[in-house]
Amino acid sequence: MTRTLHRFSGGLHLDTHKHESRDVPSMLVPLPGQIILPLKQHIGLAARPLVNPGERVLKGQIIAEPEGYVSVPVHATTSGVVRDIGDYHIPHPFGIREPCIVIDADGLDELFPIEAVTDYAALTPQALQEIIRDRGIAGLGGAGFPAHVKLKEGVDNAVDTLIINGVECEPYITCDDRLIREKAMYVVSGARMIRHAVNAKHCVIAVEEDMPEAHDALAGHITAHDDIELVRVPTRYPAGGEKQLIQVLTGKEVPSGGFSINIGIIVHNVATAAAVYRAVTRGEPLISRYVTVTGEVKTPRNLQVLLGTPVSDCLKLCGYEDSNDTRIIVGGPMMGTQVRDCNIPVTKTTNCIIVRRKIPPIQELPCIRCGRCADVCPVNLLPQQLYLYAKADRFDETRQHHLFDCIECGCCSCVCPSHIPLVQYYRYAKFEIALEEQRRQGATRAEQRFLNRKRRLQQRQEVKQKQKAGSTTTATESGDTDADRKAFVRAAVARTRSRKERGTDR
Amino acid sequence: MREVVIALVPGILVYALVVHWGVLVQCLLAVLFALAAEAVMLRVRGLPVKLFLFDYSVIITALLYALCISPLTPWWINLCGILFAVMLVKHAYGGLGGNLFNPAMAGFVFVLLSFPADMNVWPAVYSLHSGSPGLLDTLALIFSGRDSIADIDAISAATPLTHMQSQLGGMNMIGEFTTDPRYGLVAGTGLEWVAITFLAAGLWLVFRKIIAWQMPATVIATLFLVSLVFYGFDAGVYASPLFHVFTVSTLLGAFFIVTDPVSSATTATGRLIFAAGVGLMTWVIRSWGAYPDGFAFAVLFMNALVPLLDHFTRPRVLGEAVDN
Amino acid sequence: MAILTLILLVVILLLAVVYLDREDHTASDDPLLVDAINRQLPQTQCGECGYDGCRPYAEAIANGCADINRCPPGGDITIQSLSRLTGHTLKPLAGDLTPTSEGVAVIDEDLCIGCLKCIRACPVDAIVGAPKLMHTVIESECTGCKLCLPPCPVDCISMVKPPLNLRDWHWAKPANPLLE
Repeated sequence: MTRTLHRFSGGLHLDTHKHESRDVPSMLVPLPGQIILPLKQHIGLAARPLVNPGERVLKGQIIAEPEGYVSVPVHATTSGVVRDIGDYHIPHPFGIREPCIVIDADGLDELFPIEAVTDYAALTPQALQEIIRDRGIAGLGGAGFPAHVKLKEGVDNAVDTLIINGVECEPYITCDDRLIREKAMYVVSGARMIRHAVNAKHCVIAVEEDMPEAHDALAGHITAHDDIELVRVPTRYPAGGEKQLIQVLTGKEVPSGGFSINIGIIVHNVATAAAVYRAVTRGEPLISRYVTVTGEVKTPRNLQVLLGTPVSDCLKLCGYEDSNDTRIIVGGPMMGTQVRDCNIPVTKTTNCIIVRRKIPPIQELPCIRCGRCADVCPVNLLPQQLYLYAKADRFDETRQHHLFDCIECGCCSCVCPSHIPLVQYYRYAKFEIALEEQRRQGATRAEQRFLNRKRRLQQRQEVKQKQKAGSTTTATESGDTDADRKAFVRAAVARTRSRKERGTDR
Repeated sequence: MREVVIALVPGILVYALVVHWGVLVQCLLAVLFALAAEAVMLRVRGLPVKLFLFDYSVIITALLYALCISPLTPWWINLCGILFAVMLVKHAYGGLGGNLFNPAMAGFVFVLLSFPADMNVWPAVYSLHSGSPGLLDTLALIFSGRDSIADIDAISAATPLTHMQSQLGGMNMIGEFTTDPRYGLVAGTGLEWVAITFLAAGLWLVFRKIIAWQMPATVIATLFLVSLVFYGFDAGVYASPLFHVFTVSTLLGAFFIVTDPVSSATTATGRLIFAAGVGLMTWVIRSWGAYPDGFAFAVLFMNALVPLLDHFTRPRVLGEAVDN
Repeated sequence: MAILTLILLVVILLLAVVYLDREDHTASDDPLLVDAINRQLPQTQCGECGYDGCRPYAEAIANGCADINRCPPGGDITIQSLSRLTGHTLKPLAGDLTPTSEGVAVIDEDLCIGCLKCIRACPVDAIVGAPKLMHTVIESECTGCKLCLPPCPVDCISMVKPPLNLRDWHWAKPANPLLE
C-alpha cells in the first residue's frame, strides 16, 4: 500500500546547492585541544554543572545534570581536565555569551564506563525514556527539543503515526542525507525503538525525492515485518518543516497553537533516531554529530564532529581561508543565523556551517502589496499585513493576524520584490509581545509586593499605637538607644570611607 | 516594472498610427508632468528623489492616464489630471504602496467629471474620416483649447461607445446603427487593432510572469458572460460580448490597470472578486450608466472595496479551527 | 433597474459596515478606568510622577488632575497606551522629568554597612538583610526605581544593566534609514 501524498500551500522551489557536499564521504574531525560545551544546547532549562574546574573528566561522563523536566544532561565529549565554567560565545546572531564548561583535552580520549542494553523490546517505555534522557538526546533537526519529552507525550497519548523526518528541505544542508547513506541501519533501528516506546500504529520514514541513494540505503534495512513505510516527498521548501511534513504525509493539520501530538503524530529527525539507537544498544551518549560544511570553502563536505569542537576547526579542515568578504552562517541559508565570529562551539543543534560571500545591503523599498508573500506562505498567513502592523508597532493586530503561527521559514522575504526583511519584522514583533507580557507580569508582581508592604507598615503602625496607649514605658526592640545607633552608623561610614580610599589607591 | 512600460509601447504606437498621433503628445506631456509632480512630492516628503523617481511606477501611471484621455485633450487638462493623480491620490495617501485608489484612473475620472465638454472631443479614426484633425488643428486643440477651432464637429467624431449610447438613447436598435462604418468588425474600426495589441502585450507579460493571468482572465470572463446573458436576452438593446471585450479600455484595463498590485486586493480570493467586480461594474455602467465607458469608474469602485475584500477573504491559516 | 442596483449596493455595504462595527465595539470595554490605567503603569512605585506610587497617579489621571506623560520608567510605550486609553493626545515625557535608563540596583557587598536604610526605602521589599549585616538586592524583584540610592550613607548601591543572555536578548526592529 502506498501512501497518497498531500500538498501544503505556498512554498518555493529553491536552488538546492546540495551536490557540492552530498557525494563526498564524511570525515572524522580530529580531537581539538579544547572543548567548549554550552550548558544549554536544547530547548528548555540549562543543565546544572556537576564538575569543578581542575577536575578530570572522561569521555561520555555526565558533567551537567538536567534542571527540571524539559532539559537534558551534558556529557564530556573527550577526556581531559575541566579548565573553566563560565560565559563563552555560543552560536547566536548577537554574539552573546552563555554558561559553558571548558575542557582541556588530554588527547587520551579515555572512555567513561557505559552500559548497553541488549534487548530494548524488554524495556518499558519509561525505562527507554530514561535512557534517552540520560544520554542527553535533544532533537538534532535544528530546534533541539529534548527527545524524551516527545516520547513521554507519545506514551501519555495515543500515537497514530510516528514520522522519522529525513526531509532536508533547506538548501546546502546534506548532513541527514550523508548520515542516512552511511548509517542507515542506525536510523531504521532507532525508528523501531522509538516506535516501540510510543507504541505507534504507523511508522513512516520520509526522505526527499532528490535523495535517491538515501532512500535505497534505508530500503535495504527495512524488513518485511517491520511495517515501516518509506516515503519520498516532493522537493519543495519547506517540506521538512514539521507541520508541512505532517500535512504532506497525512493531510492533517496541526492545530494553531497546538502540537503534533494533539492529532496523534510524533515527528523525530533521522539523526535523533540514529542517536537513540546508539544510546540504547551501545549506551553511547550524544557526543558527536554530522555537520555539513559548505559554500565558499575548498572542499565542501560533511564532518563527524565531537560536540564542543570550535566551528573554526571544522572550517579549517575544509580549506576555509579567513577573509573579510565572507560571512558565516550556522544552520541553513533560509532559517540559519549569521554569526559574528567562528570561535564558537558546534552544539547539538548545529547541522550546517555555510560560508557565503558578503553581499552589499539591499535598499528596502515600500511594500506594493503585490501579495507574492501570501502566495508562497506555507501557513497561509498574509505576510504583508503582518509586516505593516509590525512596522507600526500594532502588536494586537499582528496577533489577530496569527503572527505566532509563522514558522519563520523565510519564503516571504525570499520573494519580496521590495527586498523587505519580513521575517525580521515578525521576530521583532514576537519578541516585543513576549517582552510586554514579561513586563506586565513583573508589574503585577511589583504591585502585589508594594501592597503587601503597605499593609505590613500599616499594621505595625497600629500595633505601635496600641502599645503606646496600653503602657507608658516602651522599650526599643533591640535595646539600642538613638545615640548608640547614630554612633554606630558614623563609625561604619568612616570605616567604609577609608576602605574606599584604599581601594582607589590600589 | 520596466517590462510593463515596454509592453505599453506597441499599443501606443498602433494607437498613434490608426487612431490619431495626438496620443504621443499626450503621453509625452503626461510623463513629463508626472515626473515633475513626483519629484516635487518626493522632495516635500523628504524622501530620496533619485531612488523613487525612475522606479517606473509614476511613468506607468502617466501612460495609462494618457491612454484614457482623448488624443486632443488640452494640455492644462492633462496637467490637472496628473497633478490630482500624483499629488493627491498617490502621495497624500503615503506614496508608492500606500494609495487606496488607482492614480491613473482617479486622475482620468477627475478630469472627466471636471471638464466634460473638452473631454468629449475625440478625433475620427484616420481610415474613416477625411476630416481627421491635421497637424495645425491638433496643436491648436492641445495648446489653445476648443475655442480656437471654428468648427469642432467637422474634425471630431463620437467613439463607438459614445455613439452607441446616444443612439440607444434615441430609441434606436443596435442592429440598425451598428452598420455604421465606425463599428468595424466587432468593436470599432482601428480601435480593435489597438485593443488586440494590448491583448498581445498583456499575454507577453503573463508569459514573462510579470503579471498573473488570473485577474485579466476573470475581468474578461465576467464581462463576457454578463454581456452574453443580456445580449441573448435582448440583442437590440445590449451590445454583443465581443463588442464589450474588444473595446480598448477592456483589454488595456484587464492587463494593465486591474493588475496594479497596490490598489487591488492582496488575498488570492480577494483578487478574483476584485477582478470580477471590475468586469461586472464595467458592463453595468456601460449599459445603464450616464457615461459611455465605465472601466475607470468600475476600477475606482472596486478600489474602495479592497479593505473589505481583504478583510473577508483572509485565508484560513494552517491549523486554524474552522468557524462553527 | 439602476435604482434596484443602487439599493442593493447600499444594503450590502450597510450590512458590511454594521458587521465590522459590531466587531470593533466588543474589543475593549472596561468599567473601571482607574484599574485600566493602573494596569498600563509599570508599577515601579518610584514616585517620580509626584504621586505616592502608581495607583495614586492612575487615580489622578482618571480624575483629570494629572497629565499622561509623567511616568519616566514607563517611557513612550506607557504614554502611548495611556493615550489610547484616555483619548488624550500623544506627547513627549514632561520636561521636568528625565527618562529612566534600564537596570537593577546592585549593592557592593564589600562596602555595605548593614544600616537597613535602603531596605526601608524599597517600595517592593526587594532588598533583604539584617541590622549590621550585609544587604543584597533580589534581582528578579527589583523594579529599578532608584529609591534606595539616596538613603545609602556610603553610596554603595549602583544601577547595573544586566548583560545580554539567552533569556532577554532581543530582535531589533529592522532599520530603514532612507525611508523613515
